Amino acid sequence: MRKTINLKKGLNLSLNGGLSSTETAATVIPSAVAVIPDDFPGFMPKLDVAEGDTVRAGQPLMHDKGDTDICLVSPISGTVEHIVRGPRRKIERVTVKTSDSHDEHIKHTVATDADGMRRLLKKAGLWAMMRQRPYDIVPDGDSSPRDIFVTAMDTAPLALDMEERISGMHSELEAGVKALSLMTNGHIYIGVRKESELPEINGAEMVEFNPLHPAGNAGVQAANIAPVNKGETIWTLDAVTLAMIGSLMLRGTTDFHVRTALTGSELIEPKVVKTVPGACLADLLAGDIADDGHNHRVISGNVLTGTPEGIDGFLRYPYRQVTVIPEGDDADEFMGWASMRPGKMSTSPSFPGYFLKRRFSPDARLQGGRRAMIMSEVYDKYIPMDILPEYLIKAILAKDIDQMEALGIYEVAPEDFALAEYADPSKIELQHVVRDGLDYLRKEV
Amino acid sequence: MKALRKYLDRVKPNFEPGGKLHSFQSVFDGFETFLYTPNTTSRRGAVNIHDSLDSKRIMIIVVLALVPCLLFGMYNTGYQNWLAAGAVEFPFWQLMAYGFLAVIPRIIVAYVVGLGIEFAVAQMRHEEIQEGFLVTGILIPLICPVETPLWMIAVATAFSVIFVKEVFGGTGYNVFNVALVTRAFLFFAYPAQMSGDKVFVASGSILGLGHDLPDSFTGATPLGQIASFTGDRLELLNLRGDAISSWDAFIGLIPGSFGETSTLCILIGAALLLATGIASWRIMLSVVAGGLLMGWIANIFHTPTYPASFLSPVDQLLFGGFAFAAVFMATDPVTAARTGTGKYIYGLLVGIMAVLIRTYNNGYPEGAMLAVLLANALAPLIDYCVVQANISRRRRRIRAKA
Repeated sequence: MRKTINLKKGLNLSLNGGLSSTETAATVIPSAVAVIPDDFPGFMPKLDVAEGDTVRAGQPLMHDKGDTDICLVSPISGTVEHIVRGPRRKIERVTVKTSDSHDEHIKHTVATDADGMRRLLKKAGLWAMMRQRPYDIVPDGDSSPRDIFVTAMDTAPLALDMEERISGMHSELEAGVKALSLMTNGHIYIGVRKESELPEINGAEMVEFNPLHPAGNAGVQAANIAPVNKGETIWTLDAVTLAMIGSLMLRGTTDFHVRTALTGSELIEPKVVKTVPGACLADLLAGDIADDGHNHRVISGNVLTGTPEGIDGFLRYPYRQVTVIPEGDDADEFMGWASMRPGKMSTSPSFPGYFLKRRFSPDARLQGGRRAMIMSEVYDKYIPMDILPEYLIKAILAKDIDQMEALGIYEVAPEDFALAEYADPSKIELQHVVRDGLDYLRKEV
Repeated sequence: MKALRKYLDRVKPNFEPGGKLHSFQSVFDGFETFLYTPNTTSRRGAVNIHDSLDSKRIMIIVVLALVPCLLFGMYNTGYQNWLAAGAVEFPFWQLMAYGFLAVIPRIIVAYVVGLGIEFAVAQMRHEEIQEGFLVTGILIPLICPVETPLWMIAVATAFSVIFVKEVFGGTGYNVFNVALVTRAFLFFAYPAQMSGDKVFVASGSILGLGHDLPDSFTGATPLGQIASFTGDRLELLNLRGDAISSWDAFIGLIPGSFGETSTLCILIGAALLLATGIASWRIMLSVVAGGLLMGWIANIFHTPTYPASFLSPVDQLLFGGFAFAAVFMATDPVTAARTGTGKYIYGLLVGIMAVLIRTYNNGYPEGAMLAVLLANALAPLIDYCVVQANISRRRRRIRAKA
């Protein structure tokens, strides 16, 4: 009998531009992919390649300064095209131009002992795809987690159901769990949606959650199964990464191809394509964006946590979704604060839209000005964890380390605050605040 | 609308750094964002979409919720004047017009003084103008007696906006409810004028409307009568000398502060605030519960020493500023307790203290004001305890492991 946890707090946004079919419409081999170190917090990049080098899929492009085994690898075979550097020579991204034989893989020898397995995961680029709490960063090279939490749910707005992505991969998942079980003395939990068809996996404990966002966040699941305490470490990853680990165990290579959802109100037809992480968005979205004369925002990821990339951008990790919404900077809305238009999306019953069972096409405007925290208990409604978000945010803003620890900053990641940030009438950038707080804490402690 | 947008775009450069009207940038920005929802979009790495609710809408909803009280206050001001003059007919529109003329200078003074300070401070800090005073500015005339001199309103408003709000950092940072401190300032700084029997009834004609009442006229509020009551059978009288029933107090045709008398209109406002989720039902519920509880206890031990103890628990809610404080004052999210559990405790405290002060201190017949201010001061402490409970729960979790 699986344990079931019903979370009451949260919100499923009702947006236009959802998938009408979960079938894969096409496989897109992008002309170029980018690996962006910023998507791997905690990872300090050192280059392993130079412009013009040929690389195979799975070959390291960068390694971490701290633990040189931890690598970011190319998801595809080709030639290193650009190494883009920012201020103070910071590596912003490495782009790889796809070659005709895009599927040449590095072959690894599968290890059987714990140390060998660690090294293998690090070298194969899969280590960097996991996260640890505290700090929501790439796991430290020598960390041994108390428990490992795998989420097999994607509850983000407009997302493709995670189980669609891993169906038929039972042996991979099982091999992945086996590999991870070498890293921890604790449990491996897999969070699945209620009434999930996913069969039991040896070595893992399945816990069911009702699909109310953010229940799909691995951290939210962890907080409701066994929260992180000070001094403990847990790892979080999603089931797709788990299957990749499994496939590495079974075959010695990693297939980075993953089903990616192209969604959003500004797409002519939302669909699912198969592509690799880092794919350039122009290739994914070619001809798909509605040409209505408005400015668009092309988001790598979902509307709540994704990064606005623009059409020249790339599919950034950890997202397996692209969302295109109106930018809204060309809208001149007269007295929007007084509007009773049914198309205004809100969690407040003062808008008629609140009562309508309809889908909305919100744009990227703040819909107001930034203010001090005025309304109370807004954040609490969207964060299903035993923390007091308002006080935690205040402690972070005050840089009060003791208070941050006491209020449970080790349990949270920025993504857990995304819904609260959406609903906040004071328009405070909560995810930024939490990220800054985690970085500050890691530096100071 | 296009023409207005174009006009704003044309004059905007004047207000930007280097423009000749640069020192009015915040004011311009305030008006521009009031007219047009700003086109600012979210930055990278944050949420890409935002809820349509913003602080402007929140404040306007509270102002809307106050409109029934404001309208009724106008009618009642006229009604009390006519009644005191011994009139037998009460022409509706004349009463309304009289009340309107009585209150409008006070609203204007409160807004001009308060918003003036807000604008200046926003400009000094190079911030956007905050909307908090939209509500405060309408609350001040509603909780003051109708005969409060304009200059007193101006002084009190300036005092509380500067020393209760702006020195703490503006809307969202204040410890005490700004409107209530204005009232308290008036109460303590000008006790002779602000209490007693004279100020609660408009006593002069305005622009030929209404009646000039004789200097010897006194019109005590029900709570004022209670405070000075001796004997053992409490009877409250209106300006004509008829008895005041609980029903009169519910409807609100009794002397009192401008907008506080009608429990009915306050309930209409409460319904709007609760339906839109702007005010906390937890606070409202527990204030009422606290008031009933303390009223019940006081009523059990009623004694002629404290005449207010003769009031039934329900009457305690109907008379004076109790209902208004419960709905509009105690629920101010900035100065109230902010945690869910804390709100219950905070509300109970407001309710109990309001009746306690009113009953056992004859010097302060209006206990609700002091009760809310006291609870404002204690709200951070209440929240501190709730937060500590969360913290120790987390600590225990570690200890359980070890």
